[in-house]
Amino acid sequence: MSRDRIKETFDAIAQQGRPGLIVFITAGHPDREATLELVPALVEAGADAVEIGIPFSDPLAEGPVIQESSFLAVQQQVSLQECLGMVAQLRDIVPDTPLILMGYYNPIYNYGLSRFAHEAQQAGVDALIPVDLPHAEVRPLARECADHSVHIIYLLAPTSTDESIEAVCTDAGGFIYLVSLTGVTGAREQVSERGFDLLDRVRAHTDLPLAVGFGISNRQHVERVCEQAEAAIVGSALVRVMLESPRDELVERASRLVSELAGKSIAAVGESA
Amino acid sequence: MVAETPTGLRPGFPDERGRFEEFGGQFVPETLMAALQELESAYLEARESQEFQDGLVHLLRTYAGRPTPLYFAENLTRHCGGAKIYLKREDLAHTGAHKINNALGQALLAQHMGKKRIIAETGAGQHGVASATVCAMLGLECIVYMGAEDIQRQALNVFRMRLLGSEVIPVESGTRTLKDAINEAIRDWVTNVETTHYLIGSAVGPHPYPMLVRDFQRVIGVEARQQILEAESRLPDYVVACVGGGSNAIGTFHPFIGDTGVSLVGVEAGGEGLDSERHSATLTAGRPGVLHGAMTYLLQDDQGQIHETHSISAGLDYPGVGPEHSYLKDVGRAQYLEVTDSQALEGFHLLCRTEGIIPALEPSHAVFHAVRLASQLSPDKTVLVCLSGRGDKDIDIVAGAGGIEL
Repeated sequence: MSRDRIKETFDAIAQQGRPGLIVFITAGHPDREATLELVPALVEAGADAVEIGIPFSDPLAEGPVIQESSFLAVQQQVSLQECLGMVAQLRDIVPDTPLILMGYYNPIYNYGLSRFAHEAQQAGVDALIPVDLPHAEVRPLARECADHSVHIIYLLAPTSTDESIEAVCTDAGGFIYLVSLTGVTGAREQVSERGFDLLDRVRAHTDLPLAVGFGISNRQHVERVCEQAEAAIVGSALVRVMLESPRDELVERASRLVSELAGKSIAAVGESA
Repeated sequence: MVAETPTGLRPGFPDERGRFEEFGGQFVPETLMAALQELESAYLEARESQEFQDGLVHLLRTYAGRPTPLYFAENLTRHCGGAKIYLKREDLAHTGAHKINNALGQALLAQHMGKKRIIAETGAGQHGVASATVCAMLGLECIVYMGAEDIQRQALNVFRMRLLGSEVIPVESGTRTLKDAINEAIRDWVTNVETTHYLIGSAVGPHPYPMLVRDFQRVIGVEARQQILEAESRLPDYVVACVGGGSNAIGTFHPFIGDTGVSLVGVEAGGEGLDSERHSATLTAGRPGVLHGAMTYLLQDDQGQIHETHSISAGLDYPGVGPEHSYLKDVGRAQYLEVTDSQALEGFHLLCRTEGIIPALEPSHAVFHAVRLASQLSPDKTVLVCLSGRGDKDIDIVAGAGGIEL
């Protein structure tokens, strides 16, 4: 049995009594080397876990920012195999940090479910977030991942029915990803209050850690969300900084934002607005 | 067993998971699942409701101009010197294409669900125009997403939609064509799901869309079957229709599926040829995968990224296809083949000159194949072609292909 880094991480967060922070970047954006430099830097800056997006030509749940990063990575032909290779390289550099792949089903289906799960485990992938696989469609992939100790992270939304909340809570492992609003990914001015209602509904059915994403872009949002959730997930706000940064300042500026989100620094207030 | 209603709606495939064997399903973000369930129950209820059916039939007759005629194309038949060719004249339906059948059905369903905001995607603009038309008539707000590239190719339809009071939003992402318009419509729907109905224009997308679009388009095949029996006292030997997403084809094919003596032929856009990679022949050259909520055949690269596609007709320029067609292909009930851009133009000109009918470029693909087929068959055979739309919108493209500037 391999280690459960997600459980270890959330146990540590709980012990320290602080908000957890999960960040998202797109693999191979702006280039392959950047991903390898960024992940350890973002962990150093205070990210508890990193989601690595598998580029896809048709990312229909994403807002313009993550669409753009995915488009750029697809143009450079960053493959699923390379994403797994990046995790394998990063695994040695950040041995204790959960590395979570996030992506759309078609590249994984195309790769082969069994082959994917096997190679993900070999690479040291802790979990997969399949964006376009609701509970009703996830079973074949979930079975393969379970055989290889890779968690499936389920998403729940404010529109989720009680039946799907119960079904997800029965099968979930690692943590549950709560989508705070009805919408695509993207930074918002305010944290959606609807996310809190969802938190209450889900909490009634599970002891797993809950992480809230979509629309979270600053430290205030992170703190607000973590009054009730175990972690906040930040994607678009970080990717936007990456899109706007010159390559030679990329790692520094992304790290500055993450340390601000983690409550370690207030130096970069202007950067994330 | 529920008796067949006048519009031809009836239960059957897909199964309760929304599958046609392995094809179809609901591969969407969790946020949309409740809306899909709501839509499915509303539809199943409407399908059994006499009031809903009567309302739809009334509008199909008095507003959309149904039934459309089945025309014996005598001159074209003589030109081929073989099988008799019949044309199912969907080009004569209101707005000039079969798209109105589905737009009426879904808009009435949206009203039934209390949703007053309609979003739609469009490729050639025919579905956008049909949606805009129906929304104007029913007093619904209508927003149409259209690829920026298609907006240039189909300027006339863009203007028609605006005249009808709809907002047309250009989609600049990805390849700026139909698939990206669908992505953007889905993004809108994820955001506004509680107030909005997504009026999908083809038999694609997550369950229940392939089922309900098929059911609303079945009226084509139900009428055609009855009409050809009246004209010929027998069923046709071949039924031919063009396939992009495949809504006119599935609507035409479906009532004939049980008639095993009838060969069903779907004609895809071969573009500049299958070797050129500039085509949209999904079933002919693709392999199964997941796009826009369904498991179906797709044009994709070896990494599972979706291909950029090409066709002279914007309405066929799509890298996926309705999941029921994938099923019909795999079980061998329908045959799918491709016709190139230049062959489609040949079919277009031939129909103009022999019959005085200017077809859209989409069914011009089907016309070309029907001519090719009829020429090889004996005169006692019949070929029924779905002429899914009229060609006004394509005049600029046809002129351009002939080196003529209008």
